[in-house]
Amino acid sequence: MKDKTKMNEMSVPRMRRTDDGLGANSDIGAKLRAFYGAVQDQPIPDKFLDLLEKLDQVEEASKRKG
Amino acid sequence: MQETPSFKRELLATLPSLRAFAVSLSGRHDKADDLVQDTMMKAWAKQDSFQMGTNMKAWLFTILRNEFYSQMRKRGREVQDTDGAFTERMSVHPSQYGVLDMEDFKKALDRLPPDQREAVVLIGASGFSYEEAAEICNCAVGTMKSRVSRARTRLQDLLGIAGEADYGPDAVSAQVTSQSF
Repeated sequence: MKDKTKMNEMSVPRMRRTDDGLGANSDIGAKLRAFYGAVQDQPIPDKFLDLLEKLDQVEEASKRKG
Repeated sequence: MQETPSFKRELLATLPSLRAFAVSLSGRHDKADDLVQDTMMKAWAKQDSFQMGTNMKAWLFTILRNEFYSQMRKRGREVQDTDGAFTERMSVHPSQYGVLDMEDFKKALDRLPPDQREAVVLIGASGFSYEEAAEICNCAVGTMKSRVSRARTRLQDLLGIAGEADYGPDAVSAQVTSQSF
């Protein structure tokens, strides 16, 4: 889907495909998304999940005390 | 009462993109992961200041970016543009671009000034609007636009891409594959 409106991006810009030379027809844009996507598609490392659990537990514990 | 479970869930959902942004900024996987962990802890500590329902992704990106620059100031600029392990760590080898091509792109990206690099990544890959990206980087929308434009030009120069589809079968196939995005 191509969106021709350039300036009206105030609402719902989340999943918009940019059309500024980095869009679908831009080689640079495609390479950039491939690079970014290659990292983004990796599974979330366990250490991040462990950290979240720990943060959560610490908070729960402090709530019970307080 | 705060909504910890959904804060946690949203944080979790943003992690892959946050991590990709961190790798783009720092140029290295190990540094990037440290950066993400620091960001997670900062965000957790500051979660009361976050309003649920507003853009958590932008909020987290802002924290990570601030963290990146404050660490850079502390350390001084260590320039390492060699993350040779980059392609090894990729779970999915992008089929439409060769691995070498990806390395070349990463090197080119690393050679951009940080302000241009973050601009082009936020707009071109993270999916933010110019307004959101400008807010994350604490600059004017016009500044953001010119940074993206300069970054694009510089990347094209560095990668020897003159324009669209003028470099043999690679460029042609890139044109074809990019349609599916």
